[in-house]
Amino acid sequence: MSHSRHLLALASGLVSTPASTGPGNWIPPRSPSLTIQSFFPRGSTTFSNMGVNTGAQDVVHPRSPKSLHLRRSFISGERSSADCARTPGLIVTEYLDRLREKEPDVKSFLHISSSALDEAAEIDGRLARGDDPGPLAGIPIAIKDNLCTRGMPSTGGSRILDGYRPPYDATAVKRLKESGAVLIGKTNLDEFGMGSSTESSAYQVTSNPWDLSRVPGGSSGGSAAAVAAGQCACALGSDTGGSIRQPASFCGVVGLKPTYGRVSRFGLMAYASSLDVVGCLGTSVDDVSLLLTAIAGHDPADATSSSKVVPNYLKALVPAKELPGNPLAGMKFGIIKETIGEGVEPAVAQVVKNAVVHLEKLGAVVQEVSLPTFSLGLPAYYVLAASEASSNLSRYDGIRYGPRVVADELNAMYGASRGQGFGAEVKRRILMGTYALSAGYYDAFYKRAQQVRTLIQQDFKKALEDGHILVSPVAPSPAFKIGEKVLDPLSMYLGDLMTVNVNMAGLPALSLPCGLIEDEGSKLPVGLQLIGNAFEEEELLRVGHIFEQTVPTW
Amino acid sequence: MAVGSCESIVLLYSQPRIPRSALQIRCSSSLASKQASSSSKIPSALQDFEAVIGVETHVQLGTATKAFCGCLSQYGAQPNSNVCPVCMGLPGALPVLNERVVDFAVKLGLALNCDLSLRSKFDRKQYFYADLPKGYQISQFDIPIARHGSIEVDLPVEYGGGHRKFGITRVHIEEDAGKLVHAGGGGRLSGSPYSLVTFFFSSCCFSLLVFVDLNRAGVPLLEIVSEPDMRTGIEAAEYAAEVARVVKCLGIGSGSMAEGSLRCDVNVSVRPRGQAAFGTKVEIKNMNSCAAMHRAIDFEILRQVALHKEGLESKIVQETRLWEEGSQRTVTMRAKEGLADYRYFPEPDLLELVLKQEQVDSINEALPELPNETRRRYEALGLSMQDVLVLADDKSVSEYFDSTLEQGADMKMAANWIMGDITAYLKTEKLSISDVKISPSVLAELVSLIKDGTISGKIGKEISDEAEIASLVDKVLLENPKQLEAFKKGKTKLQGFFEGQVMRSTNGRVNPILMKKVVAQKLGLS
Repeated sequence: MSHSRHLLALASGLVSTPASTGPGNWIPPRSPSLTIQSFFPRGSTTFSNMGVNTGAQDVVHPRSPKSLHLRRSFISGERSSADCARTPGLIVTEYLDRLREKEPDVKSFLHISSSALDEAAEIDGRLARGDDPGPLAGIPIAIKDNLCTRGMPSTGGSRILDGYRPPYDATAVKRLKESGAVLIGKTNLDEFGMGSSTESSAYQVTSNPWDLSRVPGGSSGGSAAAVAAGQCACALGSDTGGSIRQPASFCGVVGLKPTYGRVSRFGLMAYASSLDVVGCLGTSVDDVSLLLTAIAGHDPADATSSSKVVPNYLKALVPAKELPGNPLAGMKFGIIKETIGEGVEPAVAQVVKNAVVHLEKLGAVVQEVSLPTFSLGLPAYYVLAASEASSNLSRYDGIRYGPRVVADELNAMYGASRGQGFGAEVKRRILMGTYALSAGYYDAFYKRAQQVRTLIQQDFKKALEDGHILVSPVAPSPAFKIGEKVLDPLSMYLGDLMTVNVNMAGLPALSLPCGLIEDEGSKLPVGLQLIGNAFEEEELLRVGHIFEQTVPTW
Repeated sequence: MAVGSCESIVLLYSQPRIPRSALQIRCSSSLASKQASSSSKIPSALQDFEAVIGVETHVQLGTATKAFCGCLSQYGAQPNSNVCPVCMGLPGALPVLNERVVDFAVKLGLALNCDLSLRSKFDRKQYFYADLPKGYQISQFDIPIARHGSIEVDLPVEYGGGHRKFGITRVHIEEDAGKLVHAGGGGRLSGSPYSLVTFFFSSCCFSLLVFVDLNRAGVPLLEIVSEPDMRTGIEAAEYAAEVARVVKCLGIGSGSMAEGSLRCDVNVSVRPRGQAAFGTKVEIKNMNSCAAMHRAIDFEILRQVALHKEGLESKIVQETRLWEEGSQRTVTMRAKEGLADYRYFPEPDLLELVLKQEQVDSINEALPELPNETRRRYEALGLSMQDVLVLADDKSVSEYFDSTLEQGADMKMAANWIMGDITAYLKTEKLSISDVKISPSVLAELVSLIKDGTISGKIGKEISDEAEIASLVDKVLLENPKQLEAFKKGKTKLQGFFEGQVMRSTNGRVNPILMKKVVAQKLGLS
């Protein structure tokens, strides 16, 4: 791997590592773009809620000469007195310090690595010897806890895997390690990825760093909150129906759901195998591009992984100063009509419409497109996902791993172990899925849902022929209050309206922060969803990067 | 409590291995005489009733590795030594299809004259059991890889012979489950190095330890479902024997019922002759040889016919019965509580299984001569059906026979030598024909020398029959009256003369120890 990649990698790490920022002066990290940096208010209500007084002057601008200098010195070894201490070891130390400092408020981690510092020291050693430290050398990355990690517990947020330590690394995790990344810990999630608020975790409720009384979204809520709170440089998540994009939107970070098959699922605890994707969360498009380049590609251990060549996703990114006047000239976008009407909070729709105006200013043509089957997606998704979940979760039987409740006979043991091991939402989906697959109901539920899935795929195909990229809000609302929807699963499910269809079609989608809205005194981020053709992540990232660098301050 | 790390998930129990029987039990003619007495009652039982029999056969494939992971697919390894995250059903593990399994399935499908599905798929068959790590078995449900086939058998001559053709409903790919080992009493395994308990039931009066060995979990199987075309135990046993022959001939598995690499479950129902509707079917399991299948089915037919005759046919319930080899009967294992709902749905972790026509064609071209084809060829050569069945029973034997013929040997003589002396020798020495030192060309030469009269047919065979030796000795004594007289007068040295004469009269083929003993007896010395 080239050093330039490494530089960028480190940069994205450093972006969210303001050395001069004292504890408590941290604000949600932004993309390495001056405009975005100024667009997001510093010292927002979020952190005043946390009793924190933040000052914009303390934030190191990502593209400031200081950090560039830092990066250069980091690799070349030409260290000035001011920067000589900025080794991977120190960077990881800083992140770990901030992680621990924020953790009591945010509660985004289920496990903090005890070996991160040793791993960083190892990278220090490699750098000192002049060895290639890998493209992600020393970058502290958090891993959603439904990805298996050798050496760290992996619970999937479930009691039924309490204390479970997998004997192997998920392929995406393995590839990060091979790229020199330092795994900093395991992040909280809705149990086995089933939920949209991270409240279904068996262990703890994670808070949204923008407003601690609100959810971070889910199911990758821990990863999104950790990135937003600067507890890690970037993070892995998984997305079955929006589980990366929606928390990215709620926490004001960038989230990428890759094409189904782009990243190996091996080692991802299966929720709905035909929909699950491993993806990336970061503070900028650069970060997720870097991360995707490291984890994507064919895996002989996953039959559904694609053998399509993986490009260097960073190469498609053009820095702001090199952009032509109308960088999106000639491009067609389609805004999905069904996502900006009824059921969407007007404020969210407005922010998204503003983003559309910005796209047009960049030279793009944006048209409204209709996906006639759009509204069928949500119920079909919940039938298919629950059906597959009911099967995928059968292995948690208390026999080979996980807590077991002793009983007089086998079925009683299963019942007691699973009854105590699974939470309410997981049980609800297992029951729904079991029902949907039962003899006599299969045709009415599972089979019909598969037919809907085909229709959705066809609709997307047609819409993407007309427009190069489809646009929609990520979620119909900004982050909601903790506890607000816990007793109303249906309204929680409705929140997945904008995202599930993308999984049904297997397409890639990017969630980009595109504005803030004010709700009950809190400023809350809103995400823009860009949906592309299968395996055209490069194009999504290129466009997302242009958007992120040029988006104006409202 | 089970815990997480790999080493401690592995739950072990050292079970003494059941030794493989040195000689595989052959189903057809050779075992016919051992049939239990129930078989003799069958003809009368079937005068007014007809049995309808279908067979489900699980063929364990002889691939080097398992169906969906890289673990060795080995018989008799240490418990839980051939396991990995995939076949243990660990969180996050995914199956990847072993392509060899597909080749083997295509081979069997073609050999059974099936229509192959160029596009088939895998499905999950879901149920909870402790030997099923994922809570589902990867199988094929609505689109099996092969269907609509047939198999032809020749019934043993002792059973009146006859050629039969039975329908094959389908052949599909699936994975095997693990094995449970039950151990009564907690203390029994305390000294074992593999003492981690898999699960533990306790009740007021006793506790039961159950261990799981997952070596077999994920081993590839082909399930063959027959049409309900068989009418007698011997037909079903011959069907199974023919499937085993085909499996061995194709080289896709060891096809051994004794080892458990070929397992047959049989469905038996009985109906009054002339009735179109099937009777209530009963499933029989646990037969470890074709002969046991024959006896189990005959027992079950008689049991059901007896109930019919007493007007108690309502007592025939849909159930699974176990064949008990010791008591030679079937006993209730479990009653079916309605139809099991396996909640099949397409396996999302595996791609559609697509066969290319060229792949099928090239496998087809490389198929060996199948047992039925061998039998037809031998029959056309003019061999008796008895000879045909013996020679074509085992591919190595038929190959030996064919090479002997290629060397120009007389067909009938070569057949007799192979079926007689060579087979007898193999049996006593517990060898297979590939171990025989006489090569087909030597046998061919021997046969032609005998045919030419250069040597007698009995050459090379030791005479060790005491009665035969006695008559030879008598003959020598009769032919040498003078020497006998001299012996009686005290010239005891002549004992050696008589022995020499006997030896000479047999061209040295007589067993010398036996012969000396007989001579001594005849001379009144012992």
